[in-house]
Amino acid sequence: MPEEYIPIVLILLCALAFGMVAVWLSRILGPRRDYPEKLTTYESGVEPVRTAHERFSVKYYMVAVLFILFDIEVVFIYPWAVRYRALGWYGLIEMVVFIGILLAGYIYILKKEALKWD
Amino acid sequence: MPSLTWYLTLSAVLFTTGVVGVLTRRNALIIFMSIELMLNAVNLTFIAFSAFLGDGRGQIVVFFVMAVAAAEAAVGLAIVIALFRNRRTVDINDVNVLKW
Amino acid sequence: MHDILNDTIASAPLWAIVVTGVATLLVHAWDEKSDKPVFWIALAGIGVSAVLTIWRAPVAGTAYSGMLKTGGAASAWTLLFLVATLLTLFIAWDSLGKAAAPRGEFTILVLFAVAGMIPFSAGNDLLAVFIGLEILSVSLYTLVGLTRRRFASNEAALKYFLLGAFAGGFFLYGIAFLYGAAQTTNIEDIARRFAQSNFPVLFLTGSALLLVGLAFKTGAVPFHMWVPDVYQGAPTAVTTFLITGGKAAAFGAFVTVFTMTLGHASARFAVVIGVLALCSMVFGNIAAIPQTDIKRMLAYSSIGHAGYMLIGVQTASVEGAGGVAFYLLSYILTSTGAFGVVAAMENEQGEGTRIEDFAGLGYTKPLLGALLSLFLFSLIGIPPFSGFFAKYYIFLTAIEHGDLWLVLIGVATSVVSLYFYLRVMVVMFFRQPGENQPVPEAGAWTMIAVVLSAAGVIALGLFPGTVLDLITSVF
Repeated sequence: MPEEYIPIVLILLCALAFGMVAVWLSRILGPRRDYPEKLTTYESGVEPVRTAHERFSVKYYMVAVLFILFDIEVVFIYPWAVRYRALGWYGLIEMVVFIGILLAGYIYILKKEALKWD
Repeated sequence: MPSLTWYLTLSAVLFTTGVVGVLTRRNALIIFMSIELMLNAVNLTFIAFSAFLGDGRGQIVVFFVMAVAAAEAAVGLAIVIALFRNRRTVDINDVNVLKW
Repeated sequence: MHDILNDTIASAPLWAIVVTGVATLLVHAWDEKSDKPVFWIALAGIGVSAVLTIWRAPVAGTAYSGMLKTGGAASAWTLLFLVATLLTLFIAWDSLGKAAAPRGEFTILVLFAVAGMIPFSAGNDLLAVFIGLEILSVSLYTLVGLTRRRFASNEAALKYFLLGAFAGGFFLYGIAFLYGAAQTTNIEDIARRFAQSNFPVLFLTGSALLLVGLAFKTGAVPFHMWVPDVYQGAPTAVTTFLITGGKAAAFGAFVTVFTMTLGHASARFAVVIGVLALCSMVFGNIAAIPQTDIKRMLAYSSIGHAGYMLIGVQTASVEGAGGVAFYLLSYILTSTGAFGVVAAMENEQGEGTRIEDFAGLGYTKPLLGALLSLFLFSLIGIPPFSGFFAKYYIFLTAIEHGDLWLVLIGVATSVVSLYFYLRVMVVMFFRQPGENQPVPEAGAWTMIAVVLSAAGVIALGLFPGTVLDLITSVF
């Protein structure tokens, strides 16, 4: 079974080698004449202002973090949905309690205006 | 199918990588990523045991670990942001008003 | 339908806390300035939970398909947490109010932390123990960073978070190995599976990793690095909660996981835990000597106290477990008392916790000075206060178990601890207060907490046998 993967590995190695050799050759063979305009980001365009490593507003993190928290909870709902009949009333009540606690958290977020943009 | 030992070895290697990362890196976010790597290595152990023992419980544990890791990530990022707002740094060497 | 009713009734103390926590969350969501109602709801919830705990105490069993222990020993731990939480809330009301810290969020997070402590210490399944640990830890990380404009608080939170999550990884890896060895995560089943004395390597490795995680949470040497920084950097109210509730939860889990249930295997680890105890006693009590900040000094001394409690843990017996619970009760009362006085001394910026700031407190505030001395005497272990009997019972159990070496070290380090505890008293009574040193005003709630703690310390010292018998009877 693993033998079948040998061609794929070979292709990957060839691709890697080709890429590296091409970059290396162009650096060796190509002429290098740098002048200030050439080193700018756009040789003929709008002057770039500020750094490219722009910091995002911390609000993005807020939304992202809250998204992760609520998104991951699906992981519990899915197995319950699959075994819905077998789990019966017990499962249903437990799931209602679970969603209820999540909902309380959601209401808290809404009321604290954590999802408002400005 | 490879034997259980392979999976356990892989997860042990991942776990150790995480431990080394925590002990050697100085950036709080990278340390936290190393911790996440440790948790995922453990998840792999659980799944491997679950598959080889033919017992579903291990996979359920993984669900819980994922949820816990998400909660930890949320709190951890909040702490790092609070720190950054005060000091403009996430390097733990700069964080030593209190002695280590 | 019948099952769910039985399970809910059996775990009623936990549910009371969860419902209170969610209720306070909603109340606070609707009204930002509802710190006071939140505080009262929390007190009521803790009261209800305590009544339910005492009601369920005689019926030891399990709930939720064997995930959670209820009644019996679980009730003892739960009561300890509730006492710690109640006293902490009293101190926090004044202390956080002074620092203009969010009291509402503090109360909510403390309730969530208790909701984690109960499964952490009374889980019957390693999964429940792990989830309890994480609910507790995540709440505590947030609490430590509560005063988010104070850099010391940020720093303490970051250190606690990174090291706590790191230790949590080891704990989880241990669970994975035990699962692989036993094909189950149920603690009782694991214990039954390995009733004989030949343990597979997987099982021993898993137990050792669990030990690392638990030792970290108890703050035992060599897993103590976070203790001084976190205890010093956190707001004083949070430190009180960490040192009382946090410590009680960690030791509850230690006793439940290691000595009560993995009983047969725990003999293999008795020596390891004994060495942890020894290192903690020696290091904690010696490192406390040069400290100039009282919070940091009490943090180091808490490492020493963890060592004394570990002596009880390593005997792996009912008497040992009862002794640890008694020690915790005494330690909770003494620490809340001492930290209550420290909280009263602090100013708005959380300063005023250097030992020299206590100069002349015995004259300027005789009551606070006298009470702090009482708590320090109890921490040293001087009769007739509770701390003496706490150490006495632990040492007695250890001698019966044949661990004289640990007891000798314990007595020797207690003598060492005289030095740094008495130094605070010397500063309080024999040193003049500095120029324009502010005279602290203790708030009403803080005084209630401190006086209640003092009464508890004296009462435990007067009737130690009765209380110990009561505690041991539920184990």
